[in-house]
Amino acid sequence: MFSKVLTSALIAGFGAGLIAATLQLAFLQPILLFAELYEAGVLQHFATTPAAVVPPGYVFDLYRDVLTVVFTALIYVGYALVLLPAMAFAQSRGAAITPRTGLIWGIGGFAAVQLAPAFGLPPELPGIAGADVDLRQIWWGATVIATAMGLWLIAFGQNWALWGTAIILIAAPQIIGAPQPDAFTGPAPPELGAEFASRALGVGFAAWASLGLFTATIWGADD
Amino acid sequence: MKTQTKAIYAAQTKINTNILSLIAVAFIGIGIIAVAGHVQAATLHDAAHDMRHATGFPCH
Repeated sequence: MFSKVLTSALIAGFGAGLIAATLQLAFLQPILLFAELYEAGVLQHFATTPAAVVPPGYVFDLYRDVLTVVFTALIYVGYALVLLPAMAFAQSRGAAITPRTGLIWGIGGFAAVQLAPAFGLPPELPGIAGADVDLRQIWWGATVIATAMGLWLIAFGQNWALWGTAIILIAAPQIIGAPQPDAFTGPAPPELGAEFASRALGVGFAAWASLGLFTATIWGADD
Repeated sequence: MKTQTKAIYAAQTKINTNILSLIAVAFIGIGIIAVAGHVQAATLHDAAHDMRHATGFPCH
């Protein structure tokens, strides 16, 4: 049991992580590198003579990109190692785990781990102003846990008391609200920040949907 | 009777072991997410920097 869960999650997480890393380098890295030019002061938003916008595009950096691929694969392996035990637990209580339901699990994971925290703390461009990082991490963690519990109750709850609890769990972190900065000092144009945040969610959606699909498929493969 | 009790006991032990396995795996996963996504040590932060931004973790 232990080794099967472990190996299935490792393979599924690594596969989804490679998809996430590819999409990230293609769609997010150019915006991130662009924003770093503003963060470093090479470019200035609202400069006295606004320069025509020349995006640097994707700049290949072996060391940096390898680290990004490694850590992206690692984080999705981490997600898979939590996702699969939850799937297996649900299965032991009668839920069907198939590639089709795996897709729903993956989209649910995306909602809990990326969409819900992003509702209060949008994916950040480098140099953006933010409240104290410890406070934001606490809010992030609490939001992920509460949303995941809420989604579990929606999926497996049998009555309105549980569904009501689910709504409270999902809404509470957003009603309390994420820690916000005292002043807005981000040097990069809002256009870049907005594009980065929505693309980060798009990449996360694709990677998480793949993660759910892969995890359920590999888990069910030799049953 | 004795065999039956033994069988039930064995089945119960298997379920407990399975749930312990699941908890252990999830625990490893949470550890990986915490280290890759949250720990603020400078070297780790720099190495994971782009992934943290792209995956929506609070970074700085």
